[in-house]
Amino acid sequence: MAITKEGVQNVADLARLRLTGEDAELYAGQLGRILDYVEKLSEVDTTGIPPTTGGIEGSALRADIAHSSLTQEAALANAPDKQGGCFKVPKIIE
Amino acid sequence: MDITELTLSELSAKLQSGELTSRAATEAYLARIEAKDAKINTYLTLCKDEALAAADAADVRLKAGTDITPLTGVPIALKDIFCTDGIRTTCASKILDNFIPPYDSTVAKKFKDAGAVMLGKLNMDEFAMGSSNENSAYGAVLNPWDTERVPGGSSGGSAAAVAAALCAASIGTDTGGSIRQPASLCGIVGMKPTYGRVSRYGMIAFASSLDQAGPLTRSVEDAAILLQTMAGHDPLDSTSIDAPVPDYSKTLKDGIKGLRIGIPKEYFVEGLAPEVETSIKAAVETYKGAGAEIVEVTLPHTEYAVGVYYLVATAEASSNLARFDGVKYGLRVDEGTGLLDMYKATRDKGFGAEVKRRIMLGTYSLSSGYYDAYYMKASQVRTLIRRDFDEAFKDCDIILTPTTPSAAFKKGEKTNDPLTMYLSDIFTISCNLAGIPGISIPCGITSNNLPIGLQLLAPSLEEAKLFRAAYAFEAATDWHTKKPKL
Repeated sequence: MAITKEGVQNVADLARLRLTGEDAELYAGQLGRILDYVEKLSEVDTTGIPPTTGGIEGSALRADIAHSSLTQEAALANAPDKQGGCFKVPKIIE
Repeated sequence: MDITELTLSELSAKLQSGELTSRAATEAYLARIEAKDAKINTYLTLCKDEALAAADAADVRLKAGTDITPLTGVPIALKDIFCTDGIRTTCASKILDNFIPPYDSTVAKKFKDAGAVMLGKLNMDEFAMGSSNENSAYGAVLNPWDTERVPGGSSGGSAAAVAAALCAASIGTDTGGSIRQPASLCGIVGMKPTYGRVSRYGMIAFASSLDQAGPLTRSVEDAAILLQTMAGHDPLDSTSIDAPVPDYSKTLKDGIKGLRIGIPKEYFVEGLAPEVETSIKAAVETYKGAGAEIVEVTLPHTEYAVGVYYLVATAEASSNLARFDGVKYGLRVDEGTGLLDMYKATRDKGFGAEVKRRIMLGTYSLSSGYYDAYYMKASQVRTLIRRDFDEAFKDCDIILTPTTPSAAFKKGEKTNDPLTMYLSDIFTISCNLAGIPGISIPCGITSNNLPIGLQLLAPSLEEAKLFRAAYAFEAATDWHTKKPKL
């Protein structure tokens, strides 16, 4: 399945990636070939077949018991920028 | 005696008898890493001081004879995908170049609690995406058998370090073959447990319905010892299975008389290197000689596995890797033009080409209008692949296949064509899609002196049976004793 350079730019935008024109062209070709390959799956009749989205089925419930977690200091230790006990990000609203 | 040539279980016995100290073993490994690792680039972070301190603490316990496990004082290393408290964890990505986790992954904690000595953090493909270890942001790992060739991936550092005797054993992760394929290419034992058998808490996520941690070792017995320590339910990982962990060592040497081994005809296809096929056929004869019954089985949806995998794994990866946004940890590139640009600039500088390619593919297949045709379709075919195994295991106890279509390939040989690279995982992927356990063990050497691996697969939670079958082969052959000359 062909995927255009513009299509690739759109996907990059959705994925919060930035591509140069050259990269977009390269990825368009490579993704197109990968999509051609997975097209093979359309040969398989999957009418009425439930999807598998995990390895093992079962209950993951546990008792609701409070326990300690990371301190604020530890949680912020790797933050590129912080202020007043919060993660600080570039301006969002003008 | 060269301490670094001992298997983990041999070393463990000598530590417990007092013949060796953990400090001597740790120093021997540190010296060998110093002398040899520059040739193959397996360690991203070496924890010399921490390792020696842990060795001394282990020696105190060994001398006192208290609180001893089979891993007390044994030097091991972890793939750099496991968070380690206070020790840099990069996942071989520039985006985590400065990340120092404030907590231990459950795997790291279990080895620490068992008294193991952690030598350091091992190189890998960035975010575990790759089959050759050429995708590391810190340089490729090379195969100790031939440094012009790849060690496999993504746990290439983990496999090469064990093969080159730069640690007694290591831990890797396997999403589509990332433990078994490099184990095969490096001539060692590599085991992927049942999905959910080992906790993934603190293990950086790639594809959450597939990822699983497991051991890479120089013998089957060593792999059983490591899984014994790692396996079990963890309240911190809701996908970990709440089932008892059997004593793997207890049944290891029980033999395989009457064990039914299934050979899937779909795995002996065009593209399988003749030398690999010859070795696998010889292995089947060895099994017959050891008392196994050989049956032909069929896994009819095998040809769709790679396609399913690259849709499912990339979709999950595109979601998992959204967390790397320059806000909470890791790299931030801020050009001063607002939040959205900060995200993009950070991810552009932080991620390598293969990671971006997979995020793109995953985002595309999950995007509006394509979800049903790609992700949903792949998840349905995945059910058929799982059912293939359910059917096959009605006629056999274990399935035997080659681990890889060929021995180690040359560096650079497949980097320009992602699809060809993806196809090198053709025999290992189905196991992850079905959630079952698999092991690769050495079963031959090619005419140009490269290891060949054999894969065994078992039904969910039947790791004990897998170890027993693998051990029987090891006991009847000497392939596992072959070592690279680095």
